[in-house]
Amino acid sequence: MQNKLLKVDIQMELSEFDLDVSFELKNRRLGILGPSGCGKSMTLKSIAGIVTPDRGVVSLTSGEESVYFDSDKKINLKPQKRNVGYLFQNYALFPNMTVEENIAVGLSKGDDGKTVAEMIKRFHLDGLEKRYPRQLSGGQQQRVALARISAYGPDVILLDEPFSAMDTFLKEQLRIELLNSLEDFDGFSIMVTHDRDEAFQFCDELIVLDKGKIIAKGNTYDVFENPRKVQVARLTGCKNISKVEIVDDYHLKSIDWGVTFETSDKISSDITHIGIRAHDFVPAEKDDINAFDTLNSTVLEKPFEWEITLANGLWWKADKLIDEHDFVIPDYLKIDPKNIILLEE
Amino acid sequence: MMDWSTVLISMKTASLSIFITFFLGLFAAWAIVKMKNEPIKMFLDGVFTLPLVLPPTVVGFFLLFIFGVRGPIGSFFIDFFAYKIAFSWPATVIAAIVMSFPLMYRSVRGAFEQVDYNLLDAGRTLGMSEWKIFWKVLFANSLPGIISGGILAYARGLGEFGATAMLAGNIAGQTRTLPLAVYSEVAAGNMGEAFNYVLVIVFIAFIAIFIMDYISIRKEKRWR
Repeated sequence: MQNKLLKVDIQMELSEFDLDVSFELKNRRLGILGPSGCGKSMTLKSIAGIVTPDRGVVSLTSGEESVYFDSDKKINLKPQKRNVGYLFQNYALFPNMTVEENIAVGLSKGDDGKTVAEMIKRFHLDGLEKRYPRQLSGGQQQRVALARISAYGPDVILLDEPFSAMDTFLKEQLRIELLNSLEDFDGFSIMVTHDRDEAFQFCDELIVLDKGKIIAKGNTYDVFENPRKVQVARLTGCKNISKVEIVDDYHLKSIDWGVTFETSDKISSDITHIGIRAHDFVPAEKDDINAFDTLNSTVLEKPFEWEITLANGLWWKADKLIDEHDFVIPDYLKIDPKNIILLEE
Repeated sequence: MMDWSTVLISMKTASLSIFITFFLGLFAAWAIVKMKNEPIKMFLDGVFTLPLVLPPTVVGFFLLFIFGVRGPIGSFFIDFFAYKIAFSWPATVIAAIVMSFPLMYRSVRGAFEQVDYNLLDAGRTLGMSEWKIFWKVLFANSLPGIISGGILAYARGLGEFGATAMLAGNIAGQTRTLPLAVYSEVAAGNMGEAFNYVLVIVFIAFIAIFIMDYISIRKEKRWR
């Protein structure tokens, strides 16, 4: 993985908004998180060469630099000439070809069939060689698609919402399978998703995209811990977000919930919102810092957590055991000042 | 007595014209599906479909204008090859191709548009050549639609009457195809003769449909 670099800097006019994405990737796994229709797939397709951006550069350095696209130099390599594998949402296996034929499709004529046999083994597809895609389960289809890409030997694998069309159970199983399959892969992988869990599990680095613009970029853990922007907080799963009025350097009043909070960080004048994660509340006494009452709350029971909606609109999630069915709401809840996330619009 | 040369002419015309129409329709549909310029795409689609909507005699009229002795292509052939296209056997083939082309083109286009576009892009990112993608992915996955288009186009070519009569005439032993023979016999009051020709047409049409259906069912069963 050393000395490899993927440079992407693309601009493209779309009907709803303008796409403007630029990043340099040195780490193995990048995630692009964003709501549907934010330009995520367009970004991937531009890297693969399936769509052509209006302006910009896409280049991959692996040993030497190969320029895939450069609008100034009028370079635009065909997808066939780029060493990029693309895992489509529905896997795009050729329905008229068997598993073997699907895997062999990207191989040159000189290949003696060893590669196919090797892929069949590596992706645990033994016995399925003569089957057609329709006769395979979702997990097997995913493995065939990955085997087909791997046989082609790409430097970059692009994953376009690989689990979006699946039920929860299958999804969780396939995530683990995908992670295992990519473990041996010595190249870049970029996953596009609108699911924060997927992004969190899969990626070393994360880009958050909204309406074609990058609104957060960095180490995945950092982006989740410190989202900085309202949109990013929402996409990384922060349940409680409110507009605020700044009281002084360490106090602010949330407009939606009518509670005044103390913060551990100094509040800069750019701060317009705060975010509080639903898991971060703890039971409190009346006079504790950042405490408020819980009158008229609604409790919803889930298998492993209580979901409490407070009268002022705040959400609280408390873990529980499966056989626990009675819940007494404490009179007061509080939030640790260091768990208050300061956000900009 | 039934003139077997008429049957032979009709078979030759229908076979050669479906062979040409098949590939013309296939590549015309591919070109249109790939085309990004909407106005040109709509214009060409209109031109390709026109023979389906116009009365056959009107199409024949236009063909005569192009392939007739004074038409651009007709006069070119006379000047350079000393060959008169109008009222010759090749004219029956031209008429059958033009009249059956829209059916082939539209069926194939419809079939192509049903194919998941991601399959083509997947082929590209896997390094398949455009030619290989066309045959192994697009063509192979739209086969049922292409075959039904072929059946329709073949039937249309075999039954061609109006445009053929205009461009190729009704010369016994040369340009008289089965539909023209039926008309000629009825016009001459020989209903029995006409009935023989009708039987032959029904028989050929039935066989053709049976063969093509059989192929498509067998192909489909493999992977559907």
